[in-house]
Amino acid sequence: MKIVVCIKRVPDMESRFRITADGKLVDEAGLKFDMSDFDGYAVEVALQLTEKLPQGEVVVVSLGPDAVQEVLRKALSMGAARAIHLKADRVPADGFAVARALAAELQGGGYDLIMFGKHAMDTMSGVVGPMTAELLGLPNVSAASKLDVASGKGTARRELEGGAEIVEFPLPAVVSIDEGIARPRYPSLKGIMAAKKKPLETKPAQLDVARLEVTKTELPADRQGGRIIGEGAAAVPELVRLLQTEAKVL
Amino acid sequence: MQDFYNIDSLLSEEEIAVRDSVRRFVDDNVLPIIGECYVEGRFPREIVPGLAELGVFGANLPEEYGCAGLNNVAYGLIMQELERGDSGVRSFASVQGALVMYPIYAFGSEEQKQHYLPKMAAGEIIGCFGLTEPDFGSNPAGMITMAREQSDGSWVINGAKMWITNGSTAQAAIVWAKTNDDKDQRSIRGFIVPTSSKGFRAKDQKGKLSLRASDTSELVLEDVRVPKDALLPKSGGLKSPLMCLTQARYGISWGALGAAIACFEEASSYAKTRIMFDRPIGGFQLQQLRLADMLTEIVKGQLLCVQLGRLKDRGEFTPQQVSLAKRNNVHIATDIAREARRLLGANGILAEYSAMRHMENLESVYTYEGTHDVHTLVLGQAVTGLNAFGA
Amino acid sequence: MANVLAFAESRGGELRKVALEAVTAARALADAEGGEVHALLMGAPGIAAKAEQLGRHGADVVLVVEHPALANHSAEVAAATAAARAREGAYGAVVFSASAQGKDLAPRVAAKLGVPMAADVLSLEGAPGSVSVTHPGYASKVTRTLTLSAKPAILSLRPGAFTPAAVTKAGRVETLAPAMDPASARVVVKEMVQGRSGKPDLGDAPVIVSGGRGLRAAENFRLVEELADAFGNAAVGCTRAVADDGWRPQSDQIGQTGRTVSPDLYVAVGISGAIQHLAGMRTAKTIVAINRDKEAPIFKVADYGIVGDALEVVPALTAAVREAKQGH
Repeated sequence: MKIVVCIKRVPDMESRFRITADGKLVDEAGLKFDMSDFDGYAVEVALQLTEKLPQGEVVVVSLGPDAVQEVLRKALSMGAARAIHLKADRVPADGFAVARALAAELQGGGYDLIMFGKHAMDTMSGVVGPMTAELLGLPNVSAASKLDVASGKGTARRELEGGAEIVEFPLPAVVSIDEGIARPRYPSLKGIMAAKKKPLETKPAQLDVARLEVTKTELPADRQGGRIIGEGAAAVPELVRLLQTEAKVL
Repeated sequence: MQDFYNIDSLLSEEEIAVRDSVRRFVDDNVLPIIGECYVEGRFPREIVPGLAELGVFGANLPEEYGCAGLNNVAYGLIMQELERGDSGVRSFASVQGALVMYPIYAFGSEEQKQHYLPKMAAGEIIGCFGLTEPDFGSNPAGMITMAREQSDGSWVINGAKMWITNGSTAQAAIVWAKTNDDKDQRSIRGFIVPTSSKGFRAKDQKGKLSLRASDTSELVLEDVRVPKDALLPKSGGLKSPLMCLTQARYGISWGALGAAIACFEEASSYAKTRIMFDRPIGGFQLQQLRLADMLTEIVKGQLLCVQLGRLKDRGEFTPQQVSLAKRNNVHIATDIAREARRLLGANGILAEYSAMRHMENLESVYTYEGTHDVHTLVLGQAVTGLNAFGA
Repeated sequence: MANVLAFAESRGGELRKVALEAVTAARALADAEGGEVHALLMGAPGIAAKAEQLGRHGADVVLVVEHPALANHSAEVAAATAAARAREGAYGAVVFSASAQGKDLAPRVAAKLGVPMAADVLSLEGAPGSVSVTHPGYASKVTRTLTLSAKPAILSLRPGAFTPAAVTKAGRVETLAPAMDPASARVVVKEMVQGRSGKPDLGDAPVIVSGGRGLRAAENFRLVEELADAFGNAAVGCTRAVADDGWRPQSDQIGQTGRTVSPDLYVAVGISGAIQHLAGMRTAKTIVAINRDKEAPIFKVADYGIVGDALEVVPALTAAVREAKQGH
């Protein structure tokens, strides 16, 4: 069983974000970065799936500048066997361009499963996984909250609004991972030392011209909150009055 | 906290990765429960398997014995992060790694190393370190615990030990005893004593107002018979346990910074959000003085530790240098904890905040592994060449 | 002049509200250039009966694909059919909902057509050919404006961000065949799991009552449920800490890594307001916070705050809401 997990390096979402002078992008200078949350879950699921099997290999891929090697190393220290860095000056906002570069790399790689996080924490789009599946002509399951794989077949659960569906699919396939499926392990200290010796291959990403551009990025206006109407149960009548007359939601 | 002096640039990628992994573990598994454990007076035993899986026990010992094989700077950063959680948690790891696994590694036979170290790294065997006695703290050379060699080569040990971290939890105790007459400190040898041995008793010491999230026990050994291979063959003289303490003390130098960082982070965040007289209290000069002093001392302590670790990795460090670092860093940490507690006002006395817990813990850290005063004399002797100890 | 294709999502033979939202947004885009809105409606035989409802919300043409194997949604068949239709119809834009199904479907259609797409769209302007949309980014802490230059522009809309508008159009039904044999779909739905019956979903509910650790114990969530019942139209959510502790199912979690919601009213009970939680609910129209700690960050975003113990305040509020509802 050979699994590849596509991971992204994103800023720490607890950061206080600033916008660049031209108003177009988030200013990433001075921010701390890490592997995107859902990608961490995907790495964990991939490791758990292969650990159960006599022969299993987890490969990780990331596209972007040299700094993405940090998250590749992190995945290696969690237990992935090797890493591929698709080098690009920056990650384009156009998810389709990213999907094409990934598909070009993954084509013919002999992977049984190609995994993604359900979306990256910065772009929050979740389009690269399904697009890559389509470009490779593979079955796709988005946002799996459970995943089992046995004898060339996968079973996954997907959360829907007010319910869920259980789907079955043949391998190879593309699966993106939702929260709650597995808690990513802490890179063990031995794992961190071992990661130094694992192969990390760098090659240029094959990126087309992007046809989707970020033209503006804004911080949402602060809510005018902060109005405390009272203390304890005594404040309830006033709250109900405001909900009826001012907010008109009751 | 903000890396004000870009100390990260002095660290390798692996050292940072090690620190960040332990940091996350502590954030997720220690911080949410430690205040409650402290109030209940309970060591959080439930985190031991996680710490073992992470690989913190004996992390600077070689991989061939199931350890992580880290350098000493990475090891120090682990201690810093654990003590950012609580001194009791760091003490647990210090004892297991530096005071139990290290002597087995340094003075043990190959069989002892193969048998104990992997299991101890995996947290399957917990150890404790029995050196201090009720009447011999700063002066361990005076110990009265005796081990008598029997005709069949086995040993019979008699004595009492005090202030033993993990004493009641441990499956194995490293017990230091004299093997000749009670005046001969050169006859001090180390033994690996199973705590299930007949005549071995451990009793928790009650009524502690410090290190409440840590087990501290009294050990009594009454005609405890151990086989010949319980002896650590390469141990010899008081120098052996003192070498262990130097290892542990190195970790404490880093650990104290962790406690200080926790207090500084709490105090600075509180100062920015707590409103008094219609403004954040961080806007008042008195609080800024506190925060500026805290920051300055932490940065100095970090620089001290990084250099000490580099010297240790090159095999060039001296016990006196470790004394300087332990003495300084624990001292500044106790001051920082106290000032943080004060900055927090009335809230500072609550277990919900960490400052007072660290402040209380650090009084123990100030006192154990060579008291502040003893290290003062070590340094005094290093400067003058004159011995100011009692003897 | 370019027409706009809207994907009309259905489940179990019923249109979902997001289908009307997609048609409404498509109407706005089409009107900018005087084009038509075509809605694509797929399902088991009988789904054609829902075409009329789409007509009342602005669909000029409803393309109906009926097939017994489409009783469950199949993203593969839907993607093939939508892409084939988009190609033939030379649409200027194709609009989906960013629902669980739509998020899975829209990127595949885009890839089949060889164009980029914008996901989770909060607002849009322009006309097919140069569409600008806003969309959340960085854990919903920023809003980004994206410009799509490819044609068709593929969009998926944040559920709840577009209010369905009644615009009566012809809603002329045309029948289409699925672009692939549904029996050959590789990903097959084996089972549909129903959520708690009768309770609205977090994404659809106009009111959400949400609980955090301040409730102190799992059993106290009863109070949150009772308050939700008193509103009658409310769903129950929770914080990450509570879901991690197993007090509530993971699917109820609201926040950066859970669901993102925009209800008319959000009642935060015993929730301190960690950034990760705020990311999931800060776009609610009205926020009420009940918390013991008056310094809790939740009060900074709340329109109305009550400082107090949830166990005391919530029962009083439940009674008052029940009374207010009866008064109507």
